[in-house]
Amino acid sequence: MGATGANRGQPAIMDAKTRWGRFRRSEAASGLLLISPTALYALLMLAVPLAAILLYSVLTDGYLTVEWTPTLANYAEAWGDPLYRQVMLRSLFVSATVTLVTVLLAYPVAYYVSFHVSPSRKSLWLFLITIPFWTSYLIRVFLWKVILGFNGVVNSSLMTLGIIDEPLTFILYNVNAVVITLAHAYAPFAILPIFVALEKIDRSLLEASQDLGESRLLTFWRVTLPLSMPGVVAAVLIVFIPTIGDYVTPQLVGGPEGRMISNAIQLQYLRLDNYPLGSALAVSAMAIVTAVSLVFLFLNRRFLRVRQQ
Amino acid sequence: MRSKGTGFRAYTIAYLIFLYAPIVLLPIFAFNNSTIIAFPLAGFTTNWFRELATIPALHHAVWNSLVIAVSTSILSTCLGVFAARASTRYDFPGKGPIIGFIMLPLVLPEIIVAVSLLVVLLGIGIELSAWTVILGHVLICTPFSIAILNSAFQSLDKSLEEAAIDLGETRWSTFRLITFPLIMPGIISSLLISFTISLDEFIIAFFLTGTQPTLPVYIWSQLRFPTKLPSIMALGTILVALSITLLIIAEYFRRRGIARSGGQDAGGFL
Repeated sequence: MGATGANRGQPAIMDAKTRWGRFRRSEAASGLLLISPTALYALLMLAVPLAAILLYSVLTDGYLTVEWTPTLANYAEAWGDPLYRQVMLRSLFVSATVTLVTVLLAYPVAYYVSFHVSPSRKSLWLFLITIPFWTSYLIRVFLWKVILGFNGVVNSSLMTLGIIDEPLTFILYNVNAVVITLAHAYAPFAILPIFVALEKIDRSLLEASQDLGESRLLTFWRVTLPLSMPGVVAAVLIVFIPTIGDYVTPQLVGGPEGRMISNAIQLQYLRLDNYPLGSALAVSAMAIVTAVSLVFLFLNRRFLRVRQQ
Repeated sequence: MRSKGTGFRAYTIAYLIFLYAPIVLLPIFAFNNSTIIAFPLAGFTTNWFRELATIPALHHAVWNSLVIAVSTSILSTCLGVFAARASTRYDFPGKGPIIGFIMLPLVLPEIIVAVSLLVVLLGIGIELSAWTVILGHVLICTPFSIAILNSAFQSLDKSLEEAAIDLGETRWSTFRLITFPLIMPGIISSLLISFTISLDEFIIAFFLTGTQPTLPVYIWSQLRFPTKLPSIMALGTILVALSITLLIIAEYFRRRGIARSGGQDAGGFL
């Protein structure tokens, strides 16, 4: 709160004569000063560490230490080794599938809450949707293992009902299990941004469209959906980016053929102690995620521009 | 329009059942008198809850997690107040990029945050402990605090502060006497949400915890032993009950905050 001197008269006038004094009293200075603790924290705990893994990724791994010899060998291994390439492609595939499934399933829920629930009950519905998200992530993932397992809930109930004769094996320890579990974990992340975008739509536009003779379906297609696209784009990014780096789900329900990039990164860091290769994998994963997100944003730029008008 | 919503309503309820399925199963297995986590159920027991009281490693982990979660919630709420105040009240050069960067951990995969912090901490020779976990947790909780506090500051009527200054209060006493009480519900809600996130966070704790495991790290280590699973189910039941209680309290304060400043309730936490 650097402006307590404002009432003291003389020094304030003298200050104001210099350019620095003017800056110091300005709104810009107060804002920068106020945000500096948080910004500084983010700089030290996020920018510096991210720079550090970038640096590590071009160093050479020695026995128990890291040698300061610049090299691109880590990247050559991360991108060239068929094993890592396969894991990376699988991570991309799983993330893309999870994103698609989650956003498609979430849209009608957001639509229902925004358009068909009375305003006073909306926050209750949103609260119901977010509660499962705040309960222990580890235990939730583990319970999916219980649900999908060989003697699990799905198999035992299907067998009791006589629909199947022997347990289904394609639902645990593979990519399907990872997709189901992640689609469950990230549901609120997809629903909330879409809901917010739907809430912002001026309802009179929809009435206008129908008054002018469009059917309900076409009104949705030509008015509601395009106007809600900023929310859909946000939902896609907010699901896609973190899921690619998920560690717990592939580890618990993925089995050997469901391993993803974060499992490979963890292996390099904590088991094999190869920080440079681990860093190269982490940096590559981030680079790919950023590239895919930017392409996605570029493809949707038409919808995002609407919002700013 | 409302009458056409029955199909959507049925779908939404089915979706909620999908969302709640794992949580509903948790107490069922916690009270099930069998060491195997599967159907059919074997009978009622509270043994698994009693067993929890006899594991010292668990108690240490709970204590660690509580210390970390309390410290994290206080620190991230303080940082959140600074940033939310700056972003709602002031205009300054580079505002967008600075806020964007502070909010980045919201979308950054947690494993990236974890490994990058690990590299730096080990690089400068800091030994891993509860403090290193707190450093990481504050980083990922601050964006949530900012999001909550932003809405608290936004619903604040600026003319109240201006009136206080016109009546001779200083900036600081205005903040203390006017602003702070008005955003208090937002602060409590931010404290509770950060506490909940930190208590549940696994990856960062897994990488940065050293020899003192937090509760999720302890649970992770137990998931490998089939005989330990029923007591983990009991532990999970307690945790779920606890976090739902905390959430209801947080939601109560959030709504009261909005009601106090006369705003319209626009939705949930995020």
